[in-house]
Amino acid sequence: MRNRLILVALSAGTLVVPAASHAADLKGDPARGQARYESSCGGCHSLDQNRIGPAHRGVVGRAPGRAPGYAYSAALRKPLPVWTPARLDAWLRDPPALIPGTKMTARFPDPQQRADIIAYLKVESSRPGR
Amino acid sequence: MSNDSDPADRRTILRSGGLLAAAGVAVLGAQAEAKPMSAHRRRSDIETLQVALSLEHEGIAAYDLAGGSGLLKPEVLKIGLLFRDHHKGHRDALEKIIRKAGATPVARKTDAEYVKALDLGALKSQEDVLKLATKLEKGAANAYVSQLASLKDPELLHLFAQLSSDEAVHWAILANAIGQPIPAPAFIFG
Repeated sequence: MRNRLILVALSAGTLVVPAASHAADLKGDPARGQARYESSCGGCHSLDQNRIGPAHRGVVGRAPGRAPGYAYSAALRKPLPVWTPARLDAWLRDPPALIPGTKMTARFPDPQQRADIIAYLKVESSRPGR
Repeated sequence: MSNDSDPADRRTILRSGGLLAAAGVAVLGAQAEAKPMSAHRRRSDIETLQVALSLEHEGIAAYDLAGGSGLLKPEVLKIGLLFRDHHKGHRDALEKIIRKAGATPVARKTDAEYVKALDLGALKSQEDVLKLATKLEKGAANAYVSQLASLKDPELLHLFAQLSSDEAVHWAILANAIGQPIPAPAFIFG
């Protein structure tokens, strides 16, 4: 009986372990991403205006540190690989781990939320700004 | 435990091990206080504080500029100015900590920069102002929550929880005022 309980507990445990820990493994929903972007990123960022953080339109496929007029940290002014969905996922998960010295210290631990935000940014990156 | 571990980490580790109740805790605590936080972690915490201060500057500017627009009814303006004063309290606390850490607090931008960044020129009614304030307060509450995992100092963690809670209260009052439905799922922030 005890062994059966352990087995059940272990099986249940596997259910709560996320199937994907990276947003790149998940399908992002741009509509959900817009809501998440506005509520979670909107404290510091806008698509078309530099605020506390840089403007985001066009970020997918662009090199880091390239939003015109934004005063980036030295860490982001260095030559760095372009923002792909995979790199944005790593960034949103733990920005200082990807680019030490960044001013961005907000972290988004939920892979589905990251996938949704990235999907939204991808859609918006292909649209002209205001 | 290594000799160069942060005092904050040490305190946490000591607490989690239940050792704070031990007789020697006062001595251990005094030794930990005497050790400075590592330069890297200190820099990281200061950067996070500066971002928080920038958020507070922006919040104060938004309430100041919207308050002076003539769009708000007196009773609404009174609440807006009260919220602004909360943000001023946050600003003062953050500036004090940043100075104490030996850094220069980030300065407030110009009004023109905030008008552009927040598109304040597009505000035409009291409802527009309240919608913007609701959005900014929710964003600020979420920003503080999302920064918690990056902070190393337990006192800063406490401060950021306080900041986030204040912004959440502002958001709740504003959201109610503009008739936003109460979010159905749990974990409204974060």
